[in-house]
Amino acid sequence: MQSYQFFLYFCKLNIRVFIMESNPKENIIEEVTNKDYEFGFVTDIETDFIPKGLNEDIIRLISKKKEEPDWLLDFRLKAFRHWQTLKMPTWAHLTIPPIDFQDIIYYAAPKQRKAKSLDEVDPELLATFDKLGISLDEQKKLSGVAVDAVMDSTSVKTTFQETLSKHGIIFMSFSEAVKQHPDLVKKYLGKVVPYTDNFFAALNSAVFSDGSFCYVPKGVRCPIELSTYFRINAANTGQFERTLIVADEGAYVSYMEGCTAPQRDENQLHAAIVEIISEKDAEVKYSTVQNWYPGDKDGKGGIYNFVTKRGICRGDNAKISWTQVETGSAITWKYPSCILKGDNTVAEFYSVAVTNNYQQADTGTKMIHIGKNSRSTIISKGISAGHSQNGYRGLVKVVPEATNCRNFSQCDSLLLGDQCGAHTWPYVECGNDSSILEHEATTSKISEDQLFYCNQRGIPTEKAIGLIVNGYAKDVLNKLPMEFAVEAQKLLSITLEGSVG
Amino acid sequence: MLLNIKNLHVSIGGKEILKGFNLGVNEGEIHAIMGPNGTGKSTWAAAVTGREGYEITEGEIWYKGQNIVGMPPEERANLGIFLSFQYPVEIPGVSMQNFMRTAVNAKREYQGLPPMSMIEFTKMMKQKQAMVEITEKLQNRYVNVGFSGGEKKKNEIFQMAMLEPELSILDETDSGLDIDALRIVANGVNQLHNEHNAFVVITHYQRLLDYIVPDFVHVMYDGRIVKSGDKKLALELEEKGYEWVKDLKL
Ligand SMILES: Nc1ncnc2c1ncn2[C@@H]1O[C@H](COP(=O)(O)OP(=O)(O)O)[C@@H](O)[C@H]1O
Ligand SMILES: [Mg+2]
Repeated sequence: MQSYQFFLYFCKLNIRVFIMESNPKENIIEEVTNKDYEFGFVTDIETDFIPKGLNEDIIRLISKKKEEPDWLLDFRLKAFRHWQTLKMPTWAHLTIPPIDFQDIIYYAAPKQRKAKSLDEVDPELLATFDKLGISLDEQKKLSGVAVDAVMDSTSVKTTFQETLSKHGIIFMSFSEAVKQHPDLVKKYLGKVVPYTDNFFAALNSAVFSDGSFCYVPKGVRCPIELSTYFRINAANTGQFERTLIVADEGAYVSYMEGCTAPQRDENQLHAAIVEIISEKDAEVKYSTVQNWYPGDKDGKGGIYNFVTKRGICRGDNAKISWTQVETGSAITWKYPSCILKGDNTVAEFYSVAVTNNYQQADTGTKMIHIGKNSRSTIISKGISAGHSQNGYRGLVKVVPEATNCRNFSQCDSLLLGDQCGAHTWPYVECGNDSSILEHEATTSKISEDQLFYCNQRGIPTEKAIGLIVNGYAKDVLNKLPMEFAVEAQKLLSITLEGSVG
Repeated sequence: MLLNIKNLHVSIGGKEILKGFNLGVNEGEIHAIMGPNGTGKSTWAAAVTGREGYEITEGEIWYKGQNIVGMPPEERANLGIFLSFQYPVEIPGVSMQNFMRTAVNAKREYQGLPPMSMIEFTKMMKQKQAMVEITEKLQNRYVNVGFSGGEKKKNEIFQMAMLEPELSILDETDSGLDIDALRIVANGVNQLHNEHNAFVVITHYQRLLDYIVPDFVHVMYDGRIVKSGDKKLALELEEKGYEWVKDLKL
């Protein structure tokens, strides 16, 4: 039954899948004919803007538009005042043109009241979702995936509420959660990523627009994959989502997030925060496929993706895994991290980061071991092509009290061509001698021998690269929920098109 | 004529390796090319299959009625030219199933056919595997990764069986094989051989030719064929050694 559902879902995404497949992830290396950014269309929907720039009045205006309680406005204002004392950090291996934070519009909502049923939703909007492959209607009927779609800054439509509420699971837009579950939001907001954490975290805390909120109560296994799609639509608007996922004691949830953005010449800033809390015996799987517009072949335009993502395994035996496939953005700067606070906690980080043309990525993770017998795994696969720069930066820290910890890190780099760069900066701090930290790293190139071998079997070079790259990234792709794995494979092939020959 | 090579000159990095190579192959024939190491046998195979870096400075390669010099390698493959590599290449993370399926469907696309159904494909894999006596589950193993020398060569013949080429070039497929593997490889070739396809078997040893019986044997030295004959030539070569070839050239 399950596979039948997947089949229908795939059809919707125009991806060929064969029901008979022993391992469906294996075979979908799509031939892609369109060399341009596939999702580069602009939807013509009336948008409700506030003026450009950032000051306390703007923040009050955002808060007012969202009808927020006072405590949240206070939180925003504190964050803003703190942000004003900070300077944008420069330590990353990135070349970032100066950003004028007063030249950004911090809030844009489609002028559209919350719809009661799908029929009432603006057809343009639905068409946009169709292009993204997430027709809500179809999703609802066929896929078993609950979608909370965020267009620009406001959540438009949330599906599957009924199924979820039966289990007591809360999954809704952040703004709605502020209204309906203020105590829960207040209890967890900013507890993993305080607004003092860093420059962009402070900025996000001041101006965040919307995002997703998820709470799974004690002992509940969420029966469906939860999914959110983000998309930047309006020109010159920053997107500042705020995602908060809480798995209470013994709970389990798998959450997926996909992103796309239309093609524009100007750069757009995206500074989100994701916080995950995994309580005693709970497990959270977070998967993301990031496909923000990377700019054109000459490096013009594209999204700046400066995101703070962090989870805490707060109780004993808690588990968190991050899986990310990064193919988009002009600049990616993020380190999904875990604090392993409880004893026997487990954290995992699986990452594929692809850069082509003039893309830059400085990404990796931090694993902070505080609990005894805590274990972490890091698998990072960087792929660089064109003139791009691709860096892994990772910290594994074991405090003196955290005895018998384990970490295994594997950081591989694959280079296509000789104009690109791959970099690895692993940092290790081990505070005791009963813990074992292992690190492996490799750098390889797609060899001319491999390409010719494929060519000789009738496989053209671009397809061969897709095949080899997907093989290289397999350990990570296999960690993704199936529908995402398929999409991710396709994206890898698209991203690297034209990178050889 | 299926393949007709006329006065082929090939250079690698400016150094001439093939120096006027001529060969004609008809459908249904099996040819053997023998010759000492470094004489240009693999270079010839690379030139025919269109490998980059093998510069054709003079001459023509006629295949199925067209001169394929300059044609990309994948197109030649899709037109039915297959090379069993002297050194099969490993591709980590890519399963044999995925690899072969991509290859088979690339060829079908070239021929204007729809992709093969998964059921049909799986059946075909099983059947062709049996032909080269690969008993273990091949489909989930990565291309040539962790394969023994013998397995790699059997895998080449398996791929040949899957792709059903008209012209197969076997570059020292027999080297390093024990007698059992040699028999299996030869069996595979003999089963595939019919009046519509042709084989060019590059080998060092006449041993293989006891199993795959050639219609013609060519002796290659210093970038060209210096003598052609029938199967007896192979025996003569074995007896007299390659020193004898050098004298032929003079
Ligand atoms: N990639 C290459 N670059 C430079 N020289 C090469 C290359 N490949 C082969 N050669 C040279 O070409 C000659 C023929 O090699 P090869 O075709 O492999 O011979 P064979 O297969 O008959 O043993 C040798 O002298 C070898 O050194
Ligand atoms: Mg050779």
